[in-house]
Amino acid sequence: MSASAIVMLIIAIVVVWGGLGVALLLLRRHPDRPDEETQA
Amino acid sequence: MQDRPREQWGTRAGFLLAAIGSAIGLGNIWRFPYVAYDGGGGAFLVPYLVALLTAGIPLLILEYTIGHKYRGAPPTAFLRMSKAAQPLGWWQVGVSFVIAVYYAVIVAWAVRFAGFSINKQWGNDPDSFFFNDFLQVADEPGAPTSYVSGVAWPLIAVWVITLGVLLLGVRKGIERANRIFIPLLVVLFLVLVVRALTLPGAVDGLNALFTPDWSEITNGSVWVAAYGQIFFSLSIGFGIMITYTSYLRRKADLTGSALVAGFSNSSFEILAGIGVFATLGFMAGAAGVPVGELATDGIGLAFVAFPEIISNMPAGALFGVLFFGSLAIAGFTSLISIVQVVVGAVQDRTGIGRVPAVLGAGGVTALVSIALFPTNEGMYILDVVDRFINQYGIALAGLVVVIAVSWIMRKLPVLQRHANQTSAVPLGGWWRIMLGLITPIVLGWMMWDSLRTELSANYEDYPTSLLISAGWAVALGVIVFAVIMSVLPWKHGGRETQPTEAGEEAKN
Repeated sequence: MSASAIVMLIIAIVVVWGGLGVALLLLRRHPDRPDEETQA
Repeated sequence: MQDRPREQWGTRAGFLLAAIGSAIGLGNIWRFPYVAYDGGGGAFLVPYLVALLTAGIPLLILEYTIGHKYRGAPPTAFLRMSKAAQPLGWWQVGVSFVIAVYYAVIVAWAVRFAGFSINKQWGNDPDSFFFNDFLQVADEPGAPTSYVSGVAWPLIAVWVITLGVLLLGVRKGIERANRIFIPLLVVLFLVLVVRALTLPGAVDGLNALFTPDWSEITNGSVWVAAYGQIFFSLSIGFGIMITYTSYLRRKADLTGSALVAGFSNSSFEILAGIGVFATLGFMAGAAGVPVGELATDGIGLAFVAFPEIISNMPAGALFGVLFFGSLAIAGFTSLISIVQVVVGAVQDRTGIGRVPAVLGAGGVTALVSIALFPTNEGMYILDVVDRFINQYGIALAGLVVVIAVSWIMRKLPVLQRHANQTSAVPLGGWWRIMLGLITPIVLGWMMWDSLRTELSANYEDYPTSLLISAGWAVALGVIVFAVIMSVLPWKHGGRETQPTEAGEEAKN
């Protein structure tokens, strides 16, 4: 592969898959509070 | 009218998988790779990411928040937002109905082609096999004159399974199906990508996809394509996520979930790009042509180019099952979400139970689909309906909704507060700027661009009569439907149960 293609492939993977990882981490650190009155 | 407790997702993970299943569809596999290649390869990443962050995710968050705050499928949600806004919701329901009737057909084709892959039934001429033998497409567009049973029976099966899942309900049906199918899709597709990367010539395909052509960055149409890809790929604009988030618990996170769904969708697209172009690289090497000569998208890529590649590949049968199986699963989980918009809307506005709503509204959708598309004209109708409902259904409704919510009803501050009450990622003024300013400009630009193309030449050189009957009439018909449904005297749901921001349980 050409150097520029490898760089763009890596950037794409790091930004998009990294973005997913960060979003998952943010969500895990913020568990849903239970509803006061839970309905089925 | 008897009020039932509203259905709810069982777990946050279950909801997320359903949201991801809805977002990942056919477009991720067969549209993104070509759009990226055509729009500057590696350089396309820039407009693509800008589009994701400035329009895709903000719009996704808007839909999440509307559905969660107003606790209803689109007609009920918009009615609760403002009485005059109900047609916006029915417009989205109409668009979902139209998309569902033809989307199911493509899922049925994929199921059949997974089977055809085993003995490479398309022989030496996949193009002729697909259009002549399998679809039996008429020579000219016109009125259907014959019914194609080879398409009809898998289509009936797709509808039986889809309605079966919906009959089981949000938690036991939709959530459980996505818990099974999304991990399965990821595994199947990963195996496919690994196989593609080990083929000779794969590197040439990746070179073609990722080598940046920076001159394209200044090309306006590449930016339109990037925003279009994000918009259509995330399935925003026709109320799916409004419907899905209306079944979330009151204290559920919204913005973090939207980010996860948005980035999951893009992550899968990147993976699909790698898989598809590695495969095209193999074929280009085998045929002795440049990759660009084989690059294409949509139906031509999936049902003509890929069968040819599968025939030329060692262990092609397995590859074919993986590819068409992935396509069918990705389409199926999206189809479930699209039909749920129609079913949920009917349930919320009439107060009837899930079973009659699925059998009634879902049944009508299935019948129209089964009656119209497995015919010798089905392919022409599908192509035209798809083009017009995408541009003048999804994108136009998206534009009108964004303008109505941000500028006419001025609901963004209220929605922002609502999302911030429970969400992992707080929304700031940036969110209102993206939705109030950038998204309308971009969608308006897309609309102008598309109208200009429409008026300059007939789409695909189809006869004007077909474009009017299957294109303009359908797109306008959905708007007329929305107005009629909004003036009908519904007895249930709506303004009387407007939930408050404190978050108490809505009644219906």
